[in-house]
Amino acid sequence: MSTSTLPLYLRAERSPSRRILSAVGTFVIVLAALYVIFPFVWMLLTSFRTQEEIFSAPGNLIPATFNVANYLKIWTELPFARLFLNSVVFAGGVTILSVFFDSLAAYALARLDFPGKTIAFFIVLATLMVPYQITLVPLFQTVFDLHWLDTYQGLIVPRATSAFGIFLLRQFFMSVPRDLDAAARIDGASEFRIYWSVMLPLARPALATLAVFHFMNNWNDFLWPLVVTSSDTMRTIPAGLTLFSGQYVIDHGVLMAGATISLLPLAIAFFFAQRYFVQGIATTGIK
Amino acid sequence: MTTITAARRARPRTQLRAGLLFLLPSAVLIGVFVIYPIANSLWMSLHDWTFFQTTHEFVGPANYLELLGDPRFWNALGNTAVFTLATVPAQIILGLLLAVRLSRARWWTSLMRSVFFFPVISSFATMAIVWKFVLSADVGPTAAWLRGAGIQPIDWLHTPNLALGAIIMVGLWKNIGFTMVILIAALQDVPESLNEAAVLDGAGPWGRFRNVTLPSIRQALLFASIIAVIASLQVFDQVYVMTGGGPLFRTETLVTYMYEQGFGQYRSGYAAAIAWALFLLIAIVSAFQLRIFRYRDVD
Repeated sequence: MSTSTLPLYLRAERSPSRRILSAVGTFVIVLAALYVIFPFVWMLLTSFRTQEEIFSAPGNLIPATFNVANYLKIWTELPFARLFLNSVVFAGGVTILSVFFDSLAAYALARLDFPGKTIAFFIVLATLMVPYQITLVPLFQTVFDLHWLDTYQGLIVPRATSAFGIFLLRQFFMSVPRDLDAAARIDGASEFRIYWSVMLPLARPALATLAVFHFMNNWNDFLWPLVVTSSDTMRTIPAGLTLFSGQYVIDHGVLMAGATISLLPLAIAFFFAQRYFVQGIATTGIK
Repeated sequence: MTTITAARRARPRTQLRAGLLFLLPSAVLIGVFVIYPIANSLWMSLHDWTFFQTTHEFVGPANYLELLGDPRFWNALGNTAVFTLATVPAQIILGLLLAVRLSRARWWTSLMRSVFFFPVISSFATMAIVWKFVLSADVGPTAAWLRGAGIQPIDWLHTPNLALGAIIMVGLWKNIGFTMVILIAALQDVPESLNEAAVLDGAGPWGRFRNVTLPSIRQALLFASIIAVIASLQVFDQVYVMTGGGPLFRTETLVTYMYEQGFGQYRSGYAAAIAWALFLLIAIVSAFQLRIFRYRDVD
């Protein structure tokens, strides 16, 4: 770190002992970064290796040849296309429905005046406090009673709204100046029209943050799809890869190719829209 | 006459109607899929409730009493406690170090931040498959390197005394970035003028950290630690994938035990009782954390 980039008032105090302390800090960070990045590097590099090479030279980080066979095998040795589709339908379906319903409820709680509003908001907050494991066993029973086990609706509908999303969007809607919808209201616009044409366009950053949050959580989720689905054709990627790797003999390279592919959509989204990921996470801290 | 009163009431009434319509989808969904299951969970825990059976005998507190005498429950509780006590402090300290060093915007800090954030956006179950491979004594890279150096490699996940340690290390790997992001957001809100004023008052780097930075991000530290504790008490994914609770139940946690009882044995009532024990634990620990922080506020 060059001294000239520091604020003026800090430049004076770069004593030798400070430099050593600072170097130790940097060393710890670099070490931690290597630890954090290693599984990803290993996953990617191993996805190009043959099963023979993995067994004969397990310590080789760089593949002897970059072999794409595993990326072709994954679609035939596993029903990977189906897993991928299921993940898209599940995570995509939850995201679309939940962002829509969350924003509707948040609009009512932030901008409309009606009796019972405070109680409704309190109930939303209260459900945020309850860990989701409490509802897991009875939800399984409910989804069973609805004959929804092992179906898309069983996966998606119980998650089609979220207290967190309602809370997040309510806070955002509260911060929008009242004049905007008051003007539209005087012009005779319906509440739905104000919500749709005034509020939602203004709320795009908040909606994007919530959409990224929902998509990431459900794309990555393991326990819920594990509980609700039971057939090979209904599993999502995380549950499917885990169970297939336990049940059948699958080449390690093929598994790593599957893991790499499953990471790609989020990695690409992260590359282009990092701030929405970070905001979603940072907001959970503020809640 | 009636039309006048109707006109006068028109605004509030339309807002009531609109309010109810806007709330309707979420209200129905939260009612059916959150509130009813919460109540049902309590109801189930008071019954001898097996998933496939149609009648369920009311047994009162029997499930909870069974829990108190169940060594496997206490073992799972102990493992969960060890996991939490090992991960949370390390997560907060490392997360704070990273946040302090990486909060300024430079090309290398933003690259590093992305590196530490990457596990947060990846699927833990999927990455646990990769970790299991990395830690494998047969085909794993670390074992191969150790063998290459003439050292007998350790089979982390199958050694009773070491498996929980591996679960802890992988838990840290996943969650450091989360803490870092929350703390960076808080650090960036600390006004630079506070630091400048402290320097003018003769405060060194350590004094500034202790007297300016730490007090300014207290709220964020509190929330980061509460969330870290709650998430740790709910540890599941990497245990299920990497060890399945073994060897010899040495990595079984509250949620994996609940899963095993609820969806392995189909003892819904007993699993619900475990879930409520988890809830109680989370409530007590969170209240305790809030109290510690509030107590220091009075100081």
